[in-house]
Amino acid sequence: MRYFPATALKAAALAALVALPALAFDGRSFTDATGRDVLVPENPARVFAAGPPASTLLYVLKPDSMVGWVRAPKPDDLPFLRPGAAALPELGQLTGKGDTLNLEVLLTATPELIVDYGSVNATYKDLAARVQEQSGVPYVLIDGSFAALPQSIRQMGEVLAVPERAEELATYAETVLAETDALLAEIPEERPSVYLARGPEGLETATKGSINAEIIERVGGRNVAEEGTGNLATVSPEQVQAWAPEVIITIDRDFAAKVGTMPEWQGIPAVANGRVYLAPAAPFGFIDRPPSVNRLIGLKWLAHKFYPDHAEGDLRADVAAFYGLFYGVTPDDAALSALLGD
Amino acid sequence: MPPFRRCWVTERSLAPLLLAGLALALLAGIAIGPFPLSLRRIAEVLAGGGDAQSATVLWNIRLPRVFAAALVGAALAAAGTAYQTAFRNPLVSPDILGVSAGAGFGAVLGILLGLPVLAIQLTGFATGLATVALVLVLSFSLRGGGQVLVMVLCGIAVGALAGAGISLVKLLADPEQQLPAITFWLMGSLAGAKRTDVAAALPAIVAGLMPLVLLRWRIGLLALGNDEAKTLGVEATRLRLLIIACATLMTSAAVSMAGVVGWIGLMVPHMARLLTGPRFDRLLPAATLIGAGFMVLVDTAARSIAQMEVPLGILTAVLGAPVFVWLLARGSRGWAE
Repeated sequence: MRYFPATALKAAALAALVALPALAFDGRSFTDATGRDVLVPENPARVFAAGPPASTLLYVLKPDSMVGWVRAPKPDDLPFLRPGAAALPELGQLTGKGDTLNLEVLLTATPELIVDYGSVNATYKDLAARVQEQSGVPYVLIDGSFAALPQSIRQMGEVLAVPERAEELATYAETVLAETDALLAEIPEERPSVYLARGPEGLETATKGSINAEIIERVGGRNVAEEGTGNLATVSPEQVQAWAPEVIITIDRDFAAKVGTMPEWQGIPAVANGRVYLAPAAPFGFIDRPPSVNRLIGLKWLAHKFYPDHAEGDLRADVAAFYGLFYGVTPDDAALSALLGD
Repeated sequence: MPPFRRCWVTERSLAPLLLAGLALALLAGIAIGPFPLSLRRIAEVLAGGGDAQSATVLWNIRLPRVFAAALVGAALAAAGTAYQTAFRNPLVSPDILGVSAGAGFGAVLGILLGLPVLAIQLTGFATGLATVALVLVLSFSLRGGGQVLVMVLCGIAVGALAGAGISLVKLLADPEQQLPAITFWLMGSLAGAKRTDVAAALPAIVAGLMPLVLLRWRIGLLALGNDEAKTLGVEATRLRLLIIACATLMTSAAVSMAGVVGWIGLMVPHMARLLTGPRFDRLLPAATLIGAGFMVLVDTAARSIAQMEVPLGILTAVLGAPVFVWLLARGSRGWAE
């Protein structure tokens, strides 16, 4: 019997802990992409994003509700972020395996809501349910596929109780997607072959259908790396020679600087014609990194790189407008030139 | 211990046969690849003609890579042979003293810090050497200093530390860009092999191989055991240290260029032993030639069976494990004491 009081106490504490979040607020019910009904706060003021894509979406929709970053912004990113959000701490990542975030650390940041934005499958559904059960913080997952982008922005806006802001950004997204479709319909013959180079040697690539490369296909590019499992892979320079891509898109600054002098890359049409383009990366990437709303400006950028004779509009002005609307910081001329590398 | 007598290879025909095998492997490596090059075109380019793109592919991509594969295979096989003889243990591979784990740790650290490729390779090379140096210092300063068992146990401990370091680096790495690079590197690949890489690794590998070749008779005597070797005038501990230094130099150079490629250093010496018997002076050249040829073939497969590269570590294990089991099943006549 000696142990009974302690056990009873623990059980009571546990029960209180489990009951507490449910009692703590009057929520509203929201059905997330996995079909779970989640009770979310009326107007969540402290929100944690579980992974980098969600972090970006949360930042563009409701930056003052962020409790921290999954990964702290790098020095290069700071000029393009609102000062308040830029200074937030790095808390770590919660999505998928190999979490770097301790739940206790998360709870010390006292979030009222956890949002995630990305793949919807059994693993993530289970993860959401488990984290919610364990921490008592409601956990909402929104579909992160490219096609669902405007819809997902609206849903996230609903969860975060910022519907007007979401409507504005979703309308922008719809316009860009419609413009891209119109451009592609105009030139059905032109579909450049594209190689996506990653890593300092440029020998890592994302195969067709992977989330890291889907934007290329969305703008009509033919990803030369067709074979594969829709993931990242390594290829040999000889294979790139055999593919002979017309355009090379890279996210690696070193590779972009070196490719002109690396002997094994000579003779590839993209290199010979100067069509190797470094995707801007601050504060979020144009191609992926993370695969989130930041890719909307990547659509316009790629359209200008793929179809220089057909793409309409002033890219610099478009980029500045996008940064102003989404990131809350309008870059000046010098910052734009540094960002776009021209 | 007689050499493998039932084998159809006679002692005199062995050297020409192995050389011919290596030549064939090299030829296959040069002729096969994802970029279509006919033998005729290859001959044209080698003679100084051909179009610019074929020349780029052959001179800058395929030949350096085939040569790099041959070097890596030769280095790992020679290092493995030397270790197995020096430690009098057929289960020893060049990683036993932690060189691969150490070099791996240095290289992934270089990737994490965003160093240029050459610096990544140099870091890997240096940490590989440093790891083995640490193991040696440890084992000599412990009780019973310099005993093989103590040395191997120290190697396991330090290797485990380096493995923990690799895991830590993986955890800290940017999951979208650095982590895939680290994963690919740890599985081994020659996809990025360049002439400059070969030029950088060649001196280290030759410098490691030469002493082994020159001292092949003395090293062979180590197989008799410390006391017997001593009565024949061989200072076992010092010779063993020299072997470790040479093998480490070679392995570290190979690993820093190709990533972690397992199995070659363990398996190829056994294949060679089937042909030559356990005498080190015959075993070393045979293993070196077989290692070079085998690696060239494996690498040719790695870049040809799919558009995407198949990591070398996967292929060597898939090919190596069955061969190894088959060798075990044939009995241990070739190497039993």
